[in-house]
Amino acid sequence: MSKRTDSNLYTVLFAVGMVLVVGALLAFLASFLAPNIDENKRIEKQQNILYAMGVNENEGTSANFVSTDVAGEKFQEYIKKQIIIEGDKITEDDKAYLIDVKKEKSKAKDGKTRRLPLFVGEKDGKTYYVAPIYGKGLWDAIWGYIAMDENMVVQGAYFDHKGETPGLGANIKQRYFMDDFIGEHLLDESGYFQGIKVAKGNNDPKNEEKTDYEVDAIAGATITGDGVTAMIKSDLKLYVPYFKNLKTN
Amino acid sequence: MGLLSKKDAKLITDPFADNNPITIQVLGICSALAITAELKASIVMSISVLFVLGIGNVVISLMRNIIPSKIRIIVQLIVVATLVIIVDLVLKAFAYELSKTLSVFVGLIITNCIIMGRFEAFALGNGPWRSFLDGIGNALGYAVILIIVGFFRELLGSGTLLGIKVLGDPVEKTGLYAYGYENNGFMLLSPMALIVVGIIIWVQRSRNKTLIEEH
Repeated sequence: MSKRTDSNLYTVLFAVGMVLVVGALLAFLASFLAPNIDENKRIEKQQNILYAMGVNENEGTSANFVSTDVAGEKFQEYIKKQIIIEGDKITEDDKAYLIDVKKEKSKAKDGKTRRLPLFVGEKDGKTYYVAPIYGKGLWDAIWGYIAMDENMVVQGAYFDHKGETPGLGANIKQRYFMDDFIGEHLLDESGYFQGIKVAKGNNDPKNEEKTDYEVDAIAGATITGDGVTAMIKSDLKLYVPYFKNLKTN
Repeated sequence: MGLLSKKDAKLITDPFADNNPITIQVLGICSALAITAELKASIVMSISVLFVLGIGNVVISLMRNIIPSKIRIIVQLIVVATLVIIVDLVLKAFAYELSKTLSVFVGLIITNCIIMGRFEAFALGNGPWRSFLDGIGNALGYAVILIIVGFFRELLGSGTLLGIKVLGDPVEKTGLYAYGYENNGFMLLSPMALIVVGIIIWVQRSRNKTLIEEH
């Protein structure tokens, strides 16, 4: 290495220059691509909601969404109503699916009323209520959508994650895990909210018992599983008053 | 290889066996433990590292005469991080599905010590073409080990390969499971990756005694 590059002045100038170049490059690229990325995220949300209520292209054991180019169309077709529950107030809003659940969650922490989006869909004459959930796994955020009937019996589930361990926690988005939730009850006989626990040492690996409020956990993914349990418990519980109203009306 | 001189060809073939980044240089162990529970993840990681190490080595090599030696490690880190973020952004905008598969690996690629190790040991002192070959060679050497470990961990831990049930169904008790075979759940945990890598090192050194270090 030559002498020239060892001087302090050169080092500082190089560092400043490098930061400017790299920073500008990344900032430019990020803002240039932002519209595309946002659009992809919007379509993905529609696909997720549709997936949970059973509008998907699942084959064999793989989980497949409806394709991106028809997602908007299908969303219009199957989702009849998008509502926002805000305390006692219920409003309809076509953009309810764009609500950022993470932001609403932190709003609730500051003592403000949280806006709860709920998507009412209809497929083959059956009504589905799809609610988003959001929580934390082992490394980063995990989230999902749960489709329920009017008795809060799960009809479909979709989970996703930002950075869980591949092969372990990342498997929460595999069919065998998500499909276990179908048919599980969230409320007990007296109407009390039980949630669904992702349980280790479950005596029911084939998941035939649908009212035990448990599904079989993934080996080696304890903390991710606990995260799923926690987000189901904390987020779906908030919808219980809505479903109770639904029955009395 | 007719295209490459003997010396250049060695850059590719050496890391494959006698100078393997994982088993001999003991680099990149952390990611080898983290993502080898499944064969598919191992393959995705291998391709990502091949890409980043190949290009990163060239970039560092081109910059080698102007990088101040006092801050060279930071500069290397910035180059890797920038490359990975650019790839991630472009994928998010144009191949969203693929980017979802890769997002988990982004952090692991940046912190992979093979990348920093090769920048430091090779690209800083060699020309772009040789650095490129060295990058490709080391990434392939890394890939071989990753795929071997991923193969055994997925096969013995989950009874599947690339998600396909090759040994029968453990819940329905078909195939091998009908005879009382059980998956070894321990294979899914990281320590077993270390043991598998250890076995590979053992096999390799018993076949080639010159690799055994003197103490």
